[in-house]
Amino acid sequence: MAYLIDRRVQGKNKSAINRERFLRRYKGQVKDAVTRAIKGRSITDVENGEKVSIPVKDIGEPNFGHAHGGVWETVSPGNKEYLKGDRINRPRGGGGSGRGQAGNSEQITEDDFIFELSREEFLNYFFEDLELPNMVKTQLASTTEFKNLRAGYKLSGTPSNIHVLRSLRGALGRRIAVGGRSRRRLQEAEQELLALLEKHTPEDAPQVISLRRELHHLRTRLLAIPFLDPIDLRYSNRIKVPKPSSQAVMFCIMDVSGSMDEAKKDTAKRFFILLYLFLKRAYDRIDVVFIRHHTQAAEVDEDEFFNSRESGGTVVSSALHLLIKIMHERYASSDWNAYVAQASDGDNWDNDSVTCRDLLSSAVMQAVQYFAYVEITDGEPQNLWQEYAQIAEQYSHFAMQKIESPADIYPVFRELFKKQPK
Amino acid sequence: MSEAEKKPVNPNRLPEQSEWTFDLIQQAHTEIRRVARNFDLDTYPNQLEIITAEQMMDAYTSVGMPVSYNHWSFGKHFLSTEKSYRRGQMGLAYEIVINSNPCIAYLMEENSLTMQALVIAHAAYGHNSFFKGNYLFKTWTDAEAIIDYMVFAKNYIADCERRHGVEAVELLLDSCHALQNHGVDRYKRPAKLSLEKEQARQLEREAYLQTQINDLWRTVPRREQVVTEDAPQRFPPEPQENLLYFFEKFSPLLEPWQREIVRIIRKISQYFYPQRQTQVMNEGWATFWHYTILNQLYDEGVVGDGFMMEFLQSHTNVVYQPPIDSPYYSGINPYALGFNMMRDIRRICEEPTDEDRQWFPDIAGAPWRPTLEFAMRNFKDESFIAQYLSPKLIRDFHFFAVLDDDEDEKLKISAIHDESGYSDVRHKLAEQYNLGNREPNIQVWSVNTHGDRALTLRHTQFQRRPLNQQTDEMLKHVARLWGFDVRLETVAPNGTILSTIERKWEKRSRLF
Repeated sequence: MAYLIDRRVQGKNKSAINRERFLRRYKGQVKDAVTRAIKGRSITDVENGEKVSIPVKDIGEPNFGHAHGGVWETVSPGNKEYLKGDRINRPRGGGGSGRGQAGNSEQITEDDFIFELSREEFLNYFFEDLELPNMVKTQLASTTEFKNLRAGYKLSGTPSNIHVLRSLRGALGRRIAVGGRSRRRLQEAEQELLALLEKHTPEDAPQVISLRRELHHLRTRLLAIPFLDPIDLRYSNRIKVPKPSSQAVMFCIMDVSGSMDEAKKDTAKRFFILLYLFLKRAYDRIDVVFIRHHTQAAEVDEDEFFNSRESGGTVVSSALHLLIKIMHERYASSDWNAYVAQASDGDNWDNDSVTCRDLLSSAVMQAVQYFAYVEITDGEPQNLWQEYAQIAEQYSHFAMQKIESPADIYPVFRELFKKQPK
Repeated sequence: MSEAEKKPVNPNRLPEQSEWTFDLIQQAHTEIRRVARNFDLDTYPNQLEIITAEQMMDAYTSVGMPVSYNHWSFGKHFLSTEKSYRRGQMGLAYEIVINSNPCIAYLMEENSLTMQALVIAHAAYGHNSFFKGNYLFKTWTDAEAIIDYMVFAKNYIADCERRHGVEAVELLLDSCHALQNHGVDRYKRPAKLSLEKEQARQLEREAYLQTQINDLWRTVPRREQVVTEDAPQRFPPEPQENLLYFFEKFSPLLEPWQREIVRIIRKISQYFYPQRQTQVMNEGWATFWHYTILNQLYDEGVVGDGFMMEFLQSHTNVVYQPPIDSPYYSGINPYALGFNMMRDIRRICEEPTDEDRQWFPDIAGAPWRPTLEFAMRNFKDESFIAQYLSPKLIRDFHFFAVLDDDEDEKLKISAIHDESGYSDVRHKLAEQYNLGNREPNIQVWSVNTHGDRALTLRHTQFQRRPLNQQTDEMLKHVARLWGFDVRLETVAPNGTILSTIERKWEKRSRLF
């Protein structure tokens, strides 16, 4: 007898582990490919997968086999013109190619072995070896805390967890459903009785008696339906979920003044996106605050932050003031790990740079985990850079880098957040 | 149509639709089974499984087995299959069938009803009966136990990974895979596999083997031995063709679990050995039967014209043999050769010509069904072609033989499809399917038991053919399994050593 089995539902992703092993084995090549990809393409699609190609010879599985040489005699189909004893020239290029299979395993150099990395895999490689600097709080919280959350209702539980409203609602429904027919009949019977009595049928007429008996029976039945049955009981379901061991807020500060042209903004944007992607992996919850500034600073949403055009002069301290204000108002608690990423072209009003330095050392640096400043310029450092350089000397969790072209972003990013010696 | 009036509609007629349903597959299967029984096809019970394209790719990568251990090379195959499938460069095979009892045949969900019927006839009756009947499969494989054995292998290897680390196991598997083709006994019959027996015997074997090894390498120097050193005892006494078996039994430094893994790969390789030897026959047989069964169903009116058109189109694609100068040519299509030979045998039985009577006096005019059954049961590709390739087929295929001798600046046409060439072409084509010629003949020659313990392999040259460029790489794998230096001597048929490659064993060389 034959069996017909539907296997489609089971065994999805059976090869996942083999795939993972393959990637692990060729980690070096895959990482190189990822690095190349990041350099080459626009960061807006950094979250997509990537094609990786590995030279075939590196991943071959060797075998003992024959190479071409010596004597081969092959039988092939499709003779058109040859007669026995004909002598023909060797086909050019690749000894004996295009001839019978005969298991001659010549090393035909094929294309590279190309495959696609999924988005997850891509980012994994992208972020490998990176570790958030000074991740003090995360380290402390390595014992995961749990919190109780409600998660619907269930049919069993301890009496203290009985959910009264749900249980009674269920009971009501059950009573209506179970008693439905009897109740309907009861109404009908009452009507019939009433009709009979209106016609002055005597009380002891057999119909009346039987109706009264039925009425009594039906009422008893209805009364017998329990008000609350064990199956009605619903218990609040509570589950334990790991409490986010860490939460972070990321402040993105960008200069949108006239001196920041589109190319510079684009570079800054890539930097923020990379930082965000990275934080997203390290923290369970991340708030992102976007602050842009020219002479005045404003908190905006992401879309506006990256896309709107502004112009005018530059006062960096305005953004820092706003940063401090927001930190105090909304992220004051010690549960928050604050990260600041600032991008600018280095332009600032002369006397403002000193103010910036004061603000940083007096208020900002104590409150943040890390402050990363990138200056997007191909020219000489300007006054803001010099003031910030003093901060960098004082605080180890302040980092600054100069970016000249989009291709520099990735190395800079690695530099800023590279694994710190413990 | 007058045709329709003549033939009453068959009550079991399959509807003309391309979507399949479980009921329709059952119905098609019932019909196919009935026809197959009428043709006396002896099969294992069938188990048809509907799978998705992704599962088909999974099956591809794990050599068609429903369970298999994990290894990166399977991941690699999966990635490349997936890539070409996604890009539409290749379609997936319509079917995979597993030589097990019950015989598992996969039907892909994308297939139309016609294709499902084709696959059932091809795999569940064609291949299935071949697995059950052919002498190689009967001798070398145990359909009852293979699935259990694969489960055992998977669990055992997973267990080793936990105990000894994924990397250690992976390196060992790499080496075993490399030597897979040299891990088969060509002449000895393997013992039956069974899960419980395997497990029970495995511990015993571990312990026992280790004591054997220790014994072999006992190096308490004794005076008498020094005296007799002029005539050192050879080890192994006879050259060994099964390299994996040799390492499993005699490699001095392998741990017991490593020996077991070598054994597992060897057993699996042995299991697949008959498939490599009977490609033409197996596919030819299955194709012949799907063709015969479905035509029979058409004659009975179970399937209609639309069904038949679709079937014939894909059947024709499968058995097409492009000529050598075609851009699509990639060797002889085993489906084409096998199918045509099977049909030709039937033709010789039913309508023999004078030529056939001269070439095949014993089967010309004989009943075709027993003749074909005999051919299926008792041959492998090489002997099947040597026995049954008829002059007519050689003409039909325009077969010709080219002699390529690297000492001759030109190629020579050594035989063509003419009177004087038939038996030559037949002989040469048969040789082409001889695995013994296709794979280099490499055997364990000797072990220096008293000195550096180096292992010497011997490659006996065939037709002066050199080894390929991977040989050095391969010796690294051999050295890893052996644990000491390894030498490979290439020997001319007359016994003179032509060249020697040596590979030192480096303990830390893990970079390959």
